[in-house]
Amino acid sequence: MKRNWMAYPYFFWMLLFTIVPLLMVLYFSFTASVNGDGRFSFANFQRVLDPLYLNVIWRSVRLAFISTVICLVLGYPVAMLLAQSQASRQFTLIVLFVIPMWMNFLARTYAWMTLLERNGLINTFLGWFGLGPYNLLHTEFAVVLGMIYNFLPFMVLPIYTVLNKMDPALTEASYDLGATPIRTFFRVTLPLSLPGVLSGISMVFMPAVTTFVIPQLLGGGQFTMIGNLIEQQFLRSNDWGFGSALSIILMLLILLSMRIMSHYDRDRGEGGGFF
Amino acid sequence: MAEEIIRLVNIAKEFHGVQVLDHINLQIFRNEFVTLLGPSGCGKTTTLRIIGGFESPSSGDLLFEGERINEVPSFKRRVNTVFQNYALFPHLNVFENIAFGLRISKLNNKQIARKVTEALELVNLRGYEKRGIHSLSGGQQQRVAIARAVVNEPEVLLLDEPLAALDLKLRKEMQIELKNIQKRLGITFIFVTHDQEEALTMSDTIVVMKDGRIQQIGQPIDIYNEPKNMFVADFIGASTILPGRFIQDFHVFFADRAFDCVDKGFAPQEEVDVVIRPEDVKLVAPEDGMLQGVVTSVVFKGVHYEMLVESGDIVWKVHSTLMEPVGSNVGMVILPNDIHVMKKVAS
Amino acid sequence: MRFLKKSYLGLIFLFLYAPILILIIFSFNASKSRGAWGGFTLDWYRQLFQDDALLTSLYNTIVIAIVASIVATLLGTIAAIGIYRMKGFRKSFMINLTYLPILNPDIVTAISFMLLLIYLKIPRGMLSLLLAHITFCLPFVIISVLPKLRQLDPQIYDAALDLGATPKRAYFSVILPQILPGIFAGFLLAFTMSIDDFVISYFTTGNGVSNLSISIYSMARRGINPKINAVLTILFVGILALMFFINRRVNTNSSKKERGNV
Repeated sequence: MKRNWMAYPYFFWMLLFTIVPLLMVLYFSFTASVNGDGRFSFANFQRVLDPLYLNVIWRSVRLAFISTVICLVLGYPVAMLLAQSQASRQFTLIVLFVIPMWMNFLARTYAWMTLLERNGLINTFLGWFGLGPYNLLHTEFAVVLGMIYNFLPFMVLPIYTVLNKMDPALTEASYDLGATPIRTFFRVTLPLSLPGVLSGISMVFMPAVTTFVIPQLLGGGQFTMIGNLIEQQFLRSNDWGFGSALSIILMLLILLSMRIMSHYDRDRGEGGGFF
Repeated sequence: MAEEIIRLVNIAKEFHGVQVLDHINLQIFRNEFVTLLGPSGCGKTTTLRIIGGFESPSSGDLLFEGERINEVPSFKRRVNTVFQNYALFPHLNVFENIAFGLRISKLNNKQIARKVTEALELVNLRGYEKRGIHSLSGGQQQRVAIARAVVNEPEVLLLDEPLAALDLKLRKEMQIELKNIQKRLGITFIFVTHDQEEALTMSDTIVVMKDGRIQQIGQPIDIYNEPKNMFVADFIGASTILPGRFIQDFHVFFADRAFDCVDKGFAPQEEVDVVIRPEDVKLVAPEDGMLQGVVTSVVFKGVHYEMLVESGDIVWKVHSTLMEPVGSNVGMVILPNDIHVMKKVAS
Repeated sequence: MRFLKKSYLGLIFLFLYAPILILIIFSFNASKSRGAWGGFTLDWYRQLFQDDALLTSLYNTIVIAIVASIVATLLGTIAAIGIYRMKGFRKSFMINLTYLPILNPDIVTAISFMLLLIYLKIPRGMLSLLLAHITFCLPFVIISVLPKLRQLDPQIYDAALDLGATPKRAYFSVILPQILPGIFAGFLLAFTMSIDDFVISYFTTGNGVSNLSISIYSMARRGINPKINAVLTILFVGILALMFFINRRVNTNSSKKERGNV
């Protein structure tokens, strides 16, 4: 009894609303934007090579990379502490950890606006010690902070999942064989948790490199990232060709980083392959 | 007992170009306990699934009481199955699992309650009605699976390695119990197993299969004593199998000497296989033996000792209740009746 | 060492919660300044309930989340069963098709969908928002339901047929009850994704139709307004209450089942 047909409505839905739109992006990216007469052209991609835009791409990758590294450094110990806590408290801790994510994404970003402002709470607090006020908002620091705040859970949860499933007998065996806790960490725990670390890295890097809300609100629009550039092309300058080319580059960037990650991570379910 | 209920006519099955069943012909009678026996991948489970309606044959006919039922879907066949891992519905309790088929046949609640109770009595599980599936032991789950199938009063019950997941002691108990259930219900059981001992103890008829072909069909005693070829002999018991040469009727040459036997009909000088069961080799004093050898290994097997006796370049497997220590010289006697001469199979 | 561990966790939790708590506290602040406490007030909430535009966007957010997650759950569950029954290339193709939008950057999904709307001349507004939300919710339903199907004993379906159930009945009485937790998880995931979405809504809406995220974004770009704090507080408390309510129901249900087994 075959029931393949049950997937067909979904298939056609996805074909119309996901594949066709992406093909349109591809089409526009290779089409000369003047007059929109539909001539094949590399002009949009050549424009990306302009130092002005290369600089934007470089900034996106750099800020996303810095945020990812900080998330890893901050998040790994959190994941370990969560995994080590007693089973009865563990569930509560995880719930406590996840609750802030239920706050709207924009809200979390907006909250930092009020904190970082020149007359915001942090500067008021520093003022009591005779420091500041500093320009915290609309800086690269604010953008990176916003990314870390929003995406830290994406780093912690995959690492926690892997660590939690790890057989505690493995570290005990390491101690038993005379390894110090530090050696045990680097030779046993860390290598075994690598799949979690890798998926954490991609889960932080991906949204960080593509975001346009965080640089818009916390960077005050002064630190343009690829996302902002794409938004401008579609909503302001109406240059679909260039915007599409940028989107294609962003997709390639993501697929490339996924590829690198999955290269190190053989532990994938069926149907991976393409990515 | 000769009333036919199911017949497979030239049934073949291919999966992605691999011939899983190679034109099987098989007749199954009412009230018969038939066992499909063979190593994994021999096609026994596929045969069962074709009878159950979960696979359809690539070619050939499946007859039920003389009528072709190839196209009849499984939910319309008067056949029920006890699945390998029981396939009990985890979201239903014992009662509802057993009542599942009855509810589909739209029986009223009173009838359902009565039938479920009877079925539970049959498998000695009264009082377990409200229990969840996961709170049962493997043996109890097994019983529920049997009750769930037989409560629908099928004409044929299919059992797909139902005892494989049980431990040895429980398996032995269930073998006896299954046989009793079959006798009491008076229906046909088609039982799939790879365990030759299970097949020998339970069946009326054994069907030995290999590589999608039927090797031999017969009563347990015939299969055991008169295996048709080397594969059956090897699979049914851990025999010693030797290359030999037929001399003439009632005479065969192997192990560097001629023996009297009871076989005939082979061509003179024909290459044959000779099968000797380990319990048929009698150990005697060296000078009284037809063959002489040295004991090289002794393992106690509970009832008997299994010994390996080296004689020339042949290692004989010998079962005996008396132990001969390693290194001792022994003689061996094989009676004509215990020598099985078989056609050589090209392998 | 234990003290160190505890204080590290404490600091991280402070980092995670402080902005949210301050946001909530300042929704009750009489002073418009964000640096100082000017006394307790409900003024911002009063203003909020007089702001029709903001209330409409809250209403839109909830309606879209409910409709989109229900449609996505129905369509996605049926599709998951279909995909589960597929084999070989077709199956891996469908699974890759499902992962594509999950891995694709939000903003690319958003602008490509926008292009499609313009090309097909679908007016941008409530309908386009719904279509977009259903589309990005669908894969999440499928990745929640598929693992449950994979965990199923494949013989269970055969067993139901063997006992006389038609294929349809077998699905409803045997398969569905067992994948229900996955369907429910998929629904919740779709619902929260829809509530939380900004990027895709931002590009696929138009004609003045706005959801909460879009309203907040446009207000926030103009500067800080305590009214936003008030509406976010309501949303956060609402979601928190919903989650705890659901969690309780799930827990009592499962403990009921546990007791039934003994």
